[in-house]
Amino acid sequence: MTDILLIPLEADRDLSLDEFAADLGQVLAARVTVGALPVPIREAYDASRRQYHSGRILQMLLDTAPPGKTKLLGVTSHDLFLPVLTYIFGQAQLAARACIFSSFRLRNDLYGLAPSSHLLRRRSFKEALHELGHTYGLRHCADEPCVMNASTYVEDIDIKPAEFCASCSPVIHRAEF
Amino acid sequence: MTDPLSTSSIHLLVVDDEASVRESLEQWFLEDGYSVHTAENAAAALDILQRERIDLVLLDIKMPGMDGLALQERIREFDTDIIIIIITAFASVDTAVRALKAGAFDYVTKPIDPDELSTMVRNAAQQRRLARENAQLRQTVDALHHIDDIVGASEEMVKVFDLVRTVAPTKSTVLIRGESGTGKELIARAIHANSTRKYFPIIPVNCGALSESLLESELFGHEKGSFTGAQYRRKGKFEMANGGTLFLDEIGTLAPKTQVDLLRVLESHQFQRVGGEQTIHVDFRLICATNADLEAAVRDGTFREDLYYRINVFAITIPPLRERRGDIPMLAEHFVHKYARLMNRTAKEFSEGAMSLLTTYAWPGNVRELENAVERAMVVSSRPFIEEEDLPMHLSTRAAGAAGESLADVERRHIVQVLSEMNWNITRSAERLAIDRVTLYNKIEKYGLKRPE
Repeated sequence: MTDILLIPLEADRDLSLDEFAADLGQVLAARVTVGALPVPIREAYDASRRQYHSGRILQMLLDTAPPGKTKLLGVTSHDLFLPVLTYIFGQAQLAARACIFSSFRLRNDLYGLAPSSHLLRRRSFKEALHELGHTYGLRHCADEPCVMNASTYVEDIDIKPAEFCASCSPVIHRAEF
Repeated sequence: MTDPLSTSSIHLLVVDDEASVRESLEQWFLEDGYSVHTAENAAAALDILQRERIDLVLLDIKMPGMDGLALQERIREFDTDIIIIIITAFASVDTAVRALKAGAFDYVTKPIDPDELSTMVRNAAQQRRLARENAQLRQTVDALHHIDDIVGASEEMVKVFDLVRTVAPTKSTVLIRGESGTGKELIARAIHANSTRKYFPIIPVNCGALSESLLESELFGHEKGSFTGAQYRRKGKFEMANGGTLFLDEIGTLAPKTQVDLLRVLESHQFQRVGGEQTIHVDFRLICATNADLEAAVRDGTFREDLYYRINVFAITIPPLRERRGDIPMLAEHFVHKYARLMNRTAKEFSEGAMSLLTTYAWPGNVRELENAVERAMVVSSRPFIEEEDLPMHLSTRAAGAAGESLADVERRHIVQVLSEMNWNITRSAERLAIDRVTLYNKIEKYGLKRPE
């Protein structure tokens, strides 16, 4: 069974991480635990962009976590970027250990809408599944309703289901670690 | 999971001197399922472009050494199909515009909006896929149109090919003249295949094969009930040829009324179906063919002079096979390979005797007769070589003399046969023919005979 460590990195208080971890464990058939790691995420802050460098945080996760096969999922409330892109919802190492997602752009209030902790949790859950899916080696899925569909807008996230399609699902469940 | 036919078949190359940009974009596109290569400068990019099949290049415009614009020019020199997307900073939008003018697909400014990037690359990949499919389809269509039965290296045929090449791209009406069996329809198809109308049909009509009323309905089409037996509305050949080429074979056999009707359509590009009232507009190129003496027909009054001038704009005359004997070995070999392929057998060679017979026979039926003879030989021959007896009976046995042939024809053929049997041994051939060697040499010269190589 795959082990996943869920690491809060100044995560949104509206996300109840224990519940979140249990739900993830169920869909992925994995052992998901919540654990703190001393990741100095302030060092990934880019003052000129007022965003956090997602690539640097991933590297910090890998540097801080004990060696092993446990997958690492960082959860943050800060806006993430990659140098060439304006923003990203999350980032993952393809077919490897670490991934991260941000709830910053998943909040309704960012778009001038009434806050909804339900929507925030729903979207966060899909983003977590999506980024973890990449660590299992899955790429974006274009064919079917699937959590691995690419999303660049929050609406895209709302449309897709919180599950893997029939093609992607076996990849998750065949995983050796 | 990603469809292997969608993104993974698209190969991207990211060219940027900043490692973080290369890494981010590589990561981003890998997640999208693309195959991704990266290069930190123009030299590395060109190296990859030479080794790998790349569909789309994301090119940073500002790089030390050769900049993006110069690299784009270099890429365009050897590949006009690669899709190039320029990455630029806000400050250099002017440069991006220059890149667009030089043929870039689009440009994005740094930092790139992820949605914009995804959509742009998806569109570009789609365009690339369509271009690739188009190219494949075009190749298939070209293969279908490829005329491989026109073979000839003789001066006469080279002239014909030149004329075909000259007239094909024009709109001109063409009149192809030649005896039956010389390949007039093949020439018509070659003109069509090399014209801008090649993706539309060429519609052949044999005017001599149909009665006057049938031909009228065949050309113009008819409305339901316009005559007894017309149970359905039917499109005519004029309509079917719309956009393409109409090939009227044996134009010399047209009845006077049909000549008038045809002339009217050629002048106005419009007509009505038989029994119909609706005026139909058509746009086709006309190619006609005849083996008749149209000039004599005009003098006799059986072929309208105005129609004659209308169709006789650009004439191509195909010489009969007997006037280009030099092409016979090549043609015979071509047909051997053609039928070997069709019959799934190995191609055979001709024995000297058989080849000699082929090159000296008069071929009244021209290339078509030669093709039939070779096809038959390929069927009956059981040895590795095609021998004289494998050729149609009338070729070999009529060597004894056929009605309507001149004495010289008979003499010539007999000499050829004996020479061939004696393997061109002059002394033995002369003995068999009961003439002296000098006489035989004189006859060989008179008939222009050549020892087969």
